[in-house]
Amino acid sequence: MALLETVERPSTADALAAARRGPRRRRRVVVVTLLVLLVALVVVRALLGDYRVSLPDAVRILGGEQIPGASFVLMESTLPRAVMGVLAGAAFGAAGSAFQVMLRNPIASPDVLGVTLGASAGAVLAVVAFGVRGAPVTLAALAGAVLAAVVILSQAGGGGGATGRMVLVGVALAAGLSALVQWLLVRASTYQAQDALVWLSGSLNTVTWTDIARLLVLDALLLPLLLAMAGRLPVLGLGDDLAAGLGVRVTRLRVGVTVLVVGLVAAATALVGPVAFVGFLSGPIARRLTPGRPAVGVAALVGAVVVVAADYAAAYAIPGTALPVGLVTGLLGAPVLLWMLRSRPTPEGR
Amino acid sequence: MTVTDFPGEATRARVAAPAPLATDTVSLGYDGRVVVDGLSLRVPQGRTTVVVGPNGCGKSTLLRGLGRLLRPSGGAVLLDGEDIGGLPTREVARRVGLLPQQPVVPEGVTVLELVERGRHPHHGLFRTWGRADEEAVAAALERTDLVDLASTPVDSLSGGQRQRVWLALVLAQATPVLLLDEPTSFLDVAHQLDVLDLVRGLCEDAGCTVVMVLHDLGMAARYADHLVAMREGRVVAEGPPSEVVTPEVVEAVFGVTAAVLTDPESGAPVVVPRRRTS
Repeated sequence: MALLETVERPSTADALAAARRGPRRRRRVVVVTLLVLLVALVVVRALLGDYRVSLPDAVRILGGEQIPGASFVLMESTLPRAVMGVLAGAAFGAAGSAFQVMLRNPIASPDVLGVTLGASAGAVLAVVAFGVRGAPVTLAALAGAVLAAVVILSQAGGGGGATGRMVLVGVALAAGLSALVQWLLVRASTYQAQDALVWLSGSLNTVTWTDIARLLVLDALLLPLLLAMAGRLPVLGLGDDLAAGLGVRVTRLRVGVTVLVVGLVAAATALVGPVAFVGFLSGPIARRLTPGRPAVGVAALVGAVVVVAADYAAAYAIPGTALPVGLVTGLLGAPVLLWMLRSRPTPEGR
Repeated sequence: MTVTDFPGEATRARVAAPAPLATDTVSLGYDGRVVVDGLSLRVPQGRTTVVVGPNGCGKSTLLRGLGRLLRPSGGAVLLDGEDIGGLPTREVARRVGLLPQQPVVPEGVTVLELVERGRHPHHGLFRTWGRADEEAVAAALERTDLVDLASTPVDSLSGGQRQRVWLALVLAQATPVLLLDEPTSFLDVAHQLDVLDLVRGLCEDAGCTVVMVLHDLGMAARYADHLVAMREGRVVAEGPPSEVVTPEVVEAVFGVTAAVLTDPESGAPVVVPRRRTS
């Protein structure tokens, strides 16, 4: 092509290199900082509970030794909670951010669009109507999330306005499901309502290694796929027509991302409950840390950091009272949302 | 194209001259509503073709069909003689660039980051950024005079600068054919000239074939090598602006009586609208 044969002035090449240097360095610093922070938080969460486990002891326990007291606390309580926090937080963060970027709407995370509420409705229905506990609740939550997603996905195809339709249908769905959950709680017995409420507030209190293994497998399968697909999201962000002109199969990409997002959210929600606001907040925080490109990977790290930190705060903020992690993330949500509104120009007019 | 020695075949040879993009009785529409109706068109190689017509006459729809954003309900769009519907998506994106009317500016994205996205069709699953990408982006930024703004966020630019950024993005795509949907809408006259001069330069220096939708008949007459006038999904007249822009055609297409003068400087026809007739 003749266009490519234009002689490149060295100044242009230099200017481009200079323009890239800043953002690239920033991204590297952000990722490394978040990783270090996450590891530090996991160590703190695992070792510095009510019962403190020293680092050498922890290493010995992980090496297979039994230390009375310390072994139980670390292996049955604090470490599984920390690990589950990382897995669930990463799933919520990545999924939420991918949805927001794909739908070009900072509000459109799975917890706002009814996917998470689908899981809640499924779980509460199982508890209240069928009186079950444990694994069936998890399955019911999964089914609920998938059903909600199918409704949203039905709007993914077609010509213009698909993203707008997906958001509207999702919001309407969320409202309906929220009413359903309320209705189920109202007609439940006190005992069942108690069970359902514990699940609904999102909690890492009863995490088991089996749950962790399940989520680990799903995360390991779905997160890399989502990250790979997210590489095409910046192009989709330019609008459906331009993206299609640049060779993106728009409907296919939307369906693919939605399936992965729902898989991650459903799995994490089914196992730990709807941890409020993590999916909603991780994306915007990640975007502020690394402006310019949608950072699904960074959002996964942010989500993991937020959940582990919030769980630590929930467990020990009020001595003698163990709050559910979802309460802390929910409390955090409001101020962060206000900060977002203040620090960004409105999305309209772009 | 076949070379022929028979003088009698000269006409056929002219008709069969290479058209990088053509339509064969193509019909396009949305949800069963026909907007473009059995339209046949040949886009001349290395020239600027401008499509004009009243609002809703199907010019944007035609452009979307040419770029394969819309599947024809009848007929075919031919890219270098092949049915564009049968080509892989990425392949089409390497050969035809399309700038829609109102692309979305993502929040906080810099000029460079945006223009780099134009290289998307040249990347497979595993191919990473290479020298060709770097050169295409540099050339696109130079041509649109945006090198100095490379690290400026696009959402802080003026309308005219933004339009240059979008052009740079489709230039970085480095396709031999460019489709531009109203690239000058919302721009003041100075910035309109900026953009249109840039587009004309592409045909003249880089050999690009451009198809552009414009609503301003004056600008169309001035910048088109080949003018296509549409009304209600059909071509009313096509050819060089001096032949197409006549009072009769203006009335048939836009439903206004008009005087057509000649620009003493460029020789291009100038339309002075008088009154509405339909």
